[in-house]
Amino acid sequence: MAHEVMTVETDVLVIGAGGAGMYAAIEAARRGAQVFLIDRSLIGRGGATVMAQMTVAVALGAETPDHWRHHVDDTLAAGRGLCSEPLSRLLCEEGPECILEMEQWGIGWARRDGRIAQAMAPGHDRPRCVYVDFLNTGPAVSKTLRIAMNKTDGIRKAGDLCVVDLVKVDGEVLGAVALHLSSGAPVRISAKATVLATGGLTRLYRRNSASGNMGGDGYALALRAGAPLTDMEFVQFFPIGHLAPRLVGMDPIMWDPFRYKLGGRLLNANGEEFAHRYGMPEDGKYVLTRDVATYGILKEVEAGRGSPHGGVYLSFQHCAESALRAAFGPVIDRLAANNIDLTKTAIEVAPIAHYHMGGVQADARMETQVPGLIVAGEAVGGANGANRLSGNAITEALVFGRRAGRSAAERVARMRAPPVRADAARAALDLVRADAPDRALNTAAMVQTLQTTMADDVGPLRTRAKLERALATIDQLTGALGERPAGDGNAFDLKRLDWLDLRNMLTVARAVAAAALNRTESRGAHQREDFAEMDPGWRVNQIVRLDGDRITLAKSQVAPEMAAQ
Amino acid sequence: MKLTAKLKIWRGLDRDSGRWETHEVPFEPGQSVLDGLRWIRIHKDPTLAIRFSCINANACKECMIALDGETVYACTARLEPREMTLAPLSNKKLVRDLVTDIAPPAERFTPPAS
Repeated sequence: MAHEVMTVETDVLVIGAGGAGMYAAIEAARRGAQVFLIDRSLIGRGGATVMAQMTVAVALGAETPDHWRHHVDDTLAAGRGLCSEPLSRLLCEEGPECILEMEQWGIGWARRDGRIAQAMAPGHDRPRCVYVDFLNTGPAVSKTLRIAMNKTDGIRKAGDLCVVDLVKVDGEVLGAVALHLSSGAPVRISAKATVLATGGLTRLYRRNSASGNMGGDGYALALRAGAPLTDMEFVQFFPIGHLAPRLVGMDPIMWDPFRYKLGGRLLNANGEEFAHRYGMPEDGKYVLTRDVATYGILKEVEAGRGSPHGGVYLSFQHCAESALRAAFGPVIDRLAANNIDLTKTAIEVAPIAHYHMGGVQADARMETQVPGLIVAGEAVGGANGANRLSGNAITEALVFGRRAGRSAAERVARMRAPPVRADAARAALDLVRADAPDRALNTAAMVQTLQTTMADDVGPLRTRAKLERALATIDQLTGALGERPAGDGNAFDLKRLDWLDLRNMLTVARAVAAAALNRTESRGAHQREDFAEMDPGWRVNQIVRLDGDRITLAKSQVAPEMAAQ
Repeated sequence: MKLTAKLKIWRGLDRDSGRWETHEVPFEPGQSVLDGLRWIRIHKDPTLAIRFSCINANACKECMIALDGETVYACTARLEPREMTLAPLSNKKLVRDLVTDIAPPAERFTPPAS
């Protein structure tokens, strides 16, 4: 079925309507730009922001004296020497402004004695994390931004638009080609500035904690447009993702707030606490950083001390029912509806893909190496180095989103009408409207094969043999995918969408596996069992580029801290 | 314990020329209807259209369908060992199969008037 190409012109195209994209849209619009905000899902529903459970790290000093420099110090320490300091600094320094603006927009951060409450989280030197509600901070952030956006003039919004490729003219990105999912039609969007706020890549993994539409689209789009990526080997696993018993209607990372409030005991199959074996005794408090906890849990499982489903136990059996109810009220009823009584049973938890430290290389204005292409949020690489501190993801989404919106508006202000070149978009348009006999590919099964490979062979514990096996599977899948899209091209053609997604996912999976294979040391979220020690010689970032169809890697010195402005 | 649900699913691109398709889906107690639909896409037919983002958390609220005539979220409705009838929402514009246009009008793509 052949569709006509629909066209849209705008000043700023923002791709992705999570926290970063919505803040970018607001900032660009209030600086005078016309904005078109699109998402492959519905506006403000997909992405990672809406899934965030609780903590947002910010040096407000509302309860305990704090300064953004302390927040930077903790961020850099967690990043194990690989943070791009200008980006870490931006995150920490501008965090308070964005958090307070969210308060003006009516988010209603939780308060204690009239002051915004700040909770202690692992890796922070003092209580620093604001929240709305223990399980609903993310949805509140999303909703607040959506309301603020609806009150801002100059923003057009559209869901069900999945970007297939960026459009480049004379070396600059000037918009994108998208597939309109609910009709199957191709859409050509011309823009003076394009903000990629597409989030991370957790969908590459079988078990993950973010929306199913975070398959690394933005990384692949950037690579194909010529923008390098950094730190792609560093995938953060959330150590205590829910594993069993089956639980519906709850986010798998829900146990984090339980641990903030009640501690909880992490136990192996023998009922023993084990955190001390990995250098971080818990002693009833929640102090384990994510990389150490992930490592410890997987090692216990490997040693035959895992739970029946292949994780470990998290127990609140020592907590009185009244304490549980006082802390979590209605959540206890939702657990009861799932036949879970925390006073009687320990639940099973295991590491789950959660966040990507790597991403598109950007400067502190969120500009990439390709003019016209700006990035925001999790799509940006570098601020969190080899391991992200808890609470930094939402702050990053807000701060980087705002900065990206400003850069986009500034570019629009200094640009004349962009040149229009019909041929620049042709290849991408041809992919969307490919009108060929359908191919007998099971694209959904291919996605599952890739997710299984990434989980088994490019997970938290890596070896040369596993990574080489993963790269071979990625090659096979890439060959099977071919160059001609599957599907019939009609409305909501998931087979064609899977095909387009696999095109991106396989490129990004290859970038992660190749960078992991090359890094012959262990650091933060990247643990090589065949190179168990951290190697000072590897205190460098790896830069990924695309050369034709080939991934190339180069080492780059870690960006030093900028002089104070 | 492996059980089997018989999912009778409405398929089609417009309401006048749809058809019913039945799939037997193996499951363990506690699994969701969305788990069953995702299982069908992987093991039987990747063209089955269903809208979802968050998979399990009931955060995105995108997977609304009609189960035995009642509006439910596919991610929180549970599979049961019986015939279950799944259809698109009847009061929303049909897109395909179980997918309807549920976005507020101001957040939908409409081609600019030329």
